[in-house]
Amino acid sequence: MKSREQFIQDLAPKKFTKVEKIWLGLLIVMILAGVVAYADQVRSGLQVTNLNDYALWGIYISNFVFFIATSFVGAATVAILRLTQNSWRTPLVRIAEIISLAAIIMAGITIIIDLGRPDRALYTVIYARFQSPITWDVIIIPTYMVAIFYLLYFPLLPDLAILKKYYSETKPRLSKWYGKLSLNWKGTDKQKRIQQKSIKIIAILVLPLGLILQTIDAWLFSSTYRIGWNSTNFGPYFISGAFVAGVGTLVVTIFLVRKVKGLEEYITDYHFDRMGKFLALACLIYLYFNANEYLMPAYASTVNEEVHLDTLFTGHYSTIFWFVTIGGLVVPIILLMFKKGRSPVAMFWIGVLVVLASWWKRYIIVTPTLLHPYLPIQGVPESWRDYFPSLHEWVITGSNLATALLILTLLVRYLPVVAIQRTIDESKLEHNDQKRES
Amino acid sequence: MEESNKSARRKFLDKGLKLGFAAALGGIGITKVAQKLSAKPNHSSHDKMELMDTEGNIIEVDSTEVMEITPKTDPDEKYNMREGIPNRKFVMVVDLAKCKNALACQSACNKHHYITGDNAWIKVYNMQESADTAPYWMPVTCQHCDEPACVTVCPVDATFKRRDGLVLIDNERCIGCRFCMAACPYSIRVFNWNEPDQGEIYVNMEAEMSHHKPSPEHAGAPSKMGTVDKCDFCPHAVQNNELPHCVTACPNGVFYFGDKYEDTVTNGQESLRLSKLLEDKAGYRYMEALGTQPSVYYLPPTDRLVDFKDGLENYNEYESVPNPE
Repeated sequence: MKSREQFIQDLAPKKFTKVEKIWLGLLIVMILAGVVAYADQVRSGLQVTNLNDYALWGIYISNFVFFIATSFVGAATVAILRLTQNSWRTPLVRIAEIISLAAIIMAGITIIIDLGRPDRALYTVIYARFQSPITWDVIIIPTYMVAIFYLLYFPLLPDLAILKKYYSETKPRLSKWYGKLSLNWKGTDKQKRIQQKSIKIIAILVLPLGLILQTIDAWLFSSTYRIGWNSTNFGPYFISGAFVAGVGTLVVTIFLVRKVKGLEEYITDYHFDRMGKFLALACLIYLYFNANEYLMPAYASTVNEEVHLDTLFTGHYSTIFWFVTIGGLVVPIILLMFKKGRSPVAMFWIGVLVVLASWWKRYIIVTPTLLHPYLPIQGVPESWRDYFPSLHEWVITGSNLATALLILTLLVRYLPVVAIQRTIDESKLEHNDQKRES
Repeated sequence: MEESNKSARRKFLDKGLKLGFAAALGGIGITKVAQKLSAKPNHSSHDKMELMDTEGNIIEVDSTEVMEITPKTDPDEKYNMREGIPNRKFVMVVDLAKCKNALACQSACNKHHYITGDNAWIKVYNMQESADTAPYWMPVTCQHCDEPACVTVCPVDATFKRRDGLVLIDNERCIGCRFCMAACPYSIRVFNWNEPDQGEIYVNMEAEMSHHKPSPEHAGAPSKMGTVDKCDFCPHAVQNNELPHCVTACPNGVFYFGDKYEDTVTNGQESLRLSKLLEDKAGYRYMEALGTQPSVYYLPPTDRLVDFKDGLENYNEYESVPNPE
């Protein structure tokens, strides 16, 4: 059995490697490009996008929906795995929480980027009208953000105290920060009791909050008369889609973090196997809701619905549609059924596929519907009959994604991605169990 | 059985009466207390005043009951822009049988609202329900719905519904989220994607409406970048007892504008009873099934005097606002 010091040595945050520094530089360049593009957008208006009066929402919104969906992973892994008492979650939950926090912060920022008048963003609070789904979003996003923050922060307290001590000699300044953030954690029984209770409350709260967040996000669309949006299926459809996007992102992130930080001993093939099954479950549920969303309308469709579905099945958007459906759901499900498909490397590539498909899935939900209004598109420039993002939109969206990754990278750099105290406690328990058995 | 029923009823009546008495007594008590609390010297002088009620009858009132009301003198205070013109309910009737796509409505609207974007506020659609049915021209303005989907989803109360039926936009409030555009099933809302270059609008506004501040009522002017615009039913004209620009501009008398309470609509040439017109010509509202309750009625394109093809020479699929050369 490893000693306490060894665990701390293994799991304490490490300095950036050269590869990580290059990665960081790349992210910063992307972010700066986005800032420049956004400044131009603010100055000259949304004309720099390829949006128009018909395709009035584009990748800013679909990217927002993607961030919202990804942020569900914290609630899903922590709450579901905790409630079902799956012990294999230990080395995974902190990364899940970090992803959630980064994603929900960026969701809040992305939605402001889409506004025609970002200078009036605060009006949504000052003049808030409760009947608007946007107001529900304005309430739920900060709420979920706070909940996810606490979900990350409370379990961190013992680890921060450990790190304070660990760095007290080598890096006194860093140690001081850890000390401040650890809120004077001593590990007394009273502190432990309060901490455990807080974690329990927040872990129970975060699941309904996550479900509400995804549902409100779905209602942004289904509360309109638009064909392809006005669907009673949208709430669970978005929840299950978020489950897929979130777990997919988790798999990819964990694979990379494990590799870069050398955590193979802590995050093992066993964990990937379990995550693979979890992802397969997510994909199966999502496939079911996809069948509800597309097959039934196709079976008994009105003329307008038929036009909409035709562009998805065989028309203009069929390539993306079948990529996200077959590539993003069917293929992963088949591959994940085999044990080899759940090995770390295979899981990484499946995860990449799932995340890409999840991103384009949001695009396919937002764009085609807008291009099929009830009245025909007439009397506007021909280019308005189609939508593909402009350079500005790509650069700004890229910088949004890069900012999320930057937050993720920095948190992974300075926080122990695998809970130190918990790992020590669990290994002791295991050790005691073994002793008792022998 | 009957006996017990009766007694039950009697009991109920008895109780009810008692309860009623108690309530009445309580009520009187409370009024007494309230009167004492308000503690005004109550000179029940026997001075009576003769007044006329709203029905025109002469009634007598104790002079102490009469209070003087200071009439509001400030016209701006009396008129609430978000409430609209009192006791009016504006409606429009579009006679599809008469429309031959002359597009005079559109150019008048574009001119008077200083529209500089690519999408006009009023558009004449080339419509055909199916291959077997006749094509027709269909002008579409904002439907000024009584259950407006756009107003429901607006997060900041920038777009609002008035008592006089109008749905307007306050572009000082609009945050540019475009949710209203997504919600509108009639696709009539337009967005100011760039800084609207409305040229002499400020000069014109000063000349024409020097006493008015920019408001949602004044030709949506001046438009603002990053906010939504749409057909406003021309409240600036209606206030002066004039018809909306599309109505007066139409050479074929397609548009009728009027007041639902007065049950009258006019296209500038003839005035008709709204209810009779709708009944005689089988008027309908576009996409009634959605339940948005539009204020715009359509008369079906029957017995047309003009050939549909005549309008085709004006039809421009890709342009509704002429681009400056």
